[in-house]
Amino acid sequence: MKTKHIDTPSILYLNGVSVSFDGFKALNSLSLFLEPGELRAIIGPNGAGKTTMMDVITGKTRPDEGEVVFNRDLDLTRYDEAAISNLGIGRKFQKPTVIESLTVFENLELAMAGGRGVFQSLWHALTASQSERIREVLELVDLTERRDVLAGSLSHGQKQWLEIGMLLIQDPEVLLIDEPAAGMTDVETEKTAELFKRLAKKHTLVVVEHDMEFIRALNCKVTVLHEGRVLAEGSLEQVQSNQEVIDVYLGR
Amino acid sequence: MPKRQPLIFKLVSDRSSRIFLSVLAVVTVLVPLCNLVFPEGSALHVSTYTVTLLGKYLCYALLALAVDLIWGYCGILSLGHGAFFALGGYAMGMYLMRQIGERGVYGHPVLPDFMVFLNWQELPWFWYGFDSFPFAMLMVILVPGILAFLFGWLAFRSRVTGVYLSIITQALTYALMLAFFRNDMGFGGNNGLTDFKDILGYSVQADSTRAVLFIMSAVALALGYLICQAIVKSKLGRVLVGVRDAESRTRFLGYRVEHYKLFVFTVSAVLAGIAGALYVPQVGIINPGEFSPINSIEIIIWVAVGGRGTLYGAVVGAVLVNYGKTYFTGAFPELWLFLLGGLFVVTTLYLPKGVVGLFDRWKKQTDTGAGSPPPPDPADESQARPTKAGAA
Repeated sequence: MKTKHIDTPSILYLNGVSVSFDGFKALNSLSLFLEPGELRAIIGPNGAGKTTMMDVITGKTRPDEGEVVFNRDLDLTRYDEAAISNLGIGRKFQKPTVIESLTVFENLELAMAGGRGVFQSLWHALTASQSERIREVLELVDLTERRDVLAGSLSHGQKQWLEIGMLLIQDPEVLLIDEPAAGMTDVETEKTAELFKRLAKKHTLVVVEHDMEFIRALNCKVTVLHEGRVLAEGSLEQVQSNQEVIDVYLGR
Repeated sequence: MPKRQPLIFKLVSDRSSRIFLSVLAVVTVLVPLCNLVFPEGSALHVSTYTVTLLGKYLCYALLALAVDLIWGYCGILSLGHGAFFALGGYAMGMYLMRQIGERGVYGHPVLPDFMVFLNWQELPWFWYGFDSFPFAMLMVILVPGILAFLFGWLAFRSRVTGVYLSIITQALTYALMLAFFRNDMGFGGNNGLTDFKDILGYSVQADSTRAVLFIMSAVALALGYLICQAIVKSKLGRVLVGVRDAESRTRFLGYRVEHYKLFVFTVSAVLAGIAGALYVPQVGIINPGEFSPINSIEIIIWVAVGGRGTLYGAVVGAVLVNYGKTYFTGAFPELWLFLLGGLFVVTTLYLPKGVVGLFDRWKKQTDTGAGSPPPPDPADESQARPTKAGAA
């Protein structure tokens, strides 16, 4: 389905999206607009709809109404999770989710962009360039030393990094990242913020986070969600001085 | 490990595979040899009863392998796998029935005894073709395969998982049992199919036929093992583990989880069907009791006792538990079900990795006892670092 063209180039565009669960409006006519290469932080109190928004974008939840458009003309509400992932939207869960009984290397191998079919997997063999790519990502997320250990034995912060590495190796256009700094040490948090800033040039990043220090370090546009809609948008300073935001969230 | 190797070497590259296949090869050669070459009364003689019993264990082992493939690697707990085993068995049984010919009690040239008894005038359409061995063998594969494909397609597409899936697989085998009990289904009702005479022109009672069936069962087990190894050692196997450990992660990585489940479920059902087909000529009967839910649950116990997610563990478990069953149902028949239940509880509580997990633990102890200190686990060290307070 072709939707109406928007003047500014958008990579991801949500318009009037509503979702309700048993009468509870998780998203209430939410609209959001992301430019290619943008780094965007999303904050909001618990129950503001942050995770539901990610569920809608990644095809886990179908919106009751509204548009979700990727790359100007792809209507995401018509695809399922696997298809959306293959279109180029990667997602990191709130709780770090890696495949615990596979090694770090094998986790990255599975995440690597490439054939996803059953029979393709059966006959799959890594090429030299793919191995090289895994090596690069291991380096990037600082897990080279731990390449052959089971992902289940990694520390919480390392699991977060592995999952970020799994997103990167898929080479998605948009990365949706839910609470990346949770359980990380200060040093790891700083490194993560640096990494995201670097990635933002090539990819579009949406980061949901509670940690204000981390958001400050990202130094990007912030969207505040509340009760399933956008309450305020702007720099961290702007939203922090917004009276409505102070009332519902920051000034609790 | 170098990446480019002939497939077969890759499949047997680990020590447990080589040990398992070697033991199986020795048993395959020795058991029929000792049965046929050494006369009765000789110390080295293996009775035909034992050959048949061991052949039966091998069929169970293949069935356990099939269950381990889906349960151990993909987390699909099927409590209805006995159904696929029984369907394969029925397909073989139908061939064997047609081979009886005029030698039945009623001497009817075409109809099996039970149909004559029910006053049926002609062979039902679904019995056509079963006088041909190749056709029957095709059905051994197709009937369980197609049923598993349809069932899996509906269940996995609707994302039925966990205990709900287990319950509907149980319902599937129960429904089939009730259906096969009915006389007008045309599969011999309560009594099932029995009184077999020949297979491919050889008497099913003959020692040499028994020996060949034993060898065929061992070969089927070895091939089944290699097929399962090929699956679990490929990237497909790692996707299955991904589905087992973190289904939605795997889905969000772009894998169509339902396709993977469907593939492996169907392969598993076909292996179970082949096991059933080899089982029937050895035990000489197939009846609806094979569909009973308790049978399917027993398979789960074999795999759990042996150790899930290792393949050879399933084989070890099937042989051990069935040996126990043979012994105890003979010596203390009233105790067996209590023992079986107790075994399951003990395994779940104390041996989560089954009997083969014990081997591994013992091996590790002897390895480290040999002088090399255990490698330090850097995970502990990184966990000891302070994490940001309240961030989690």
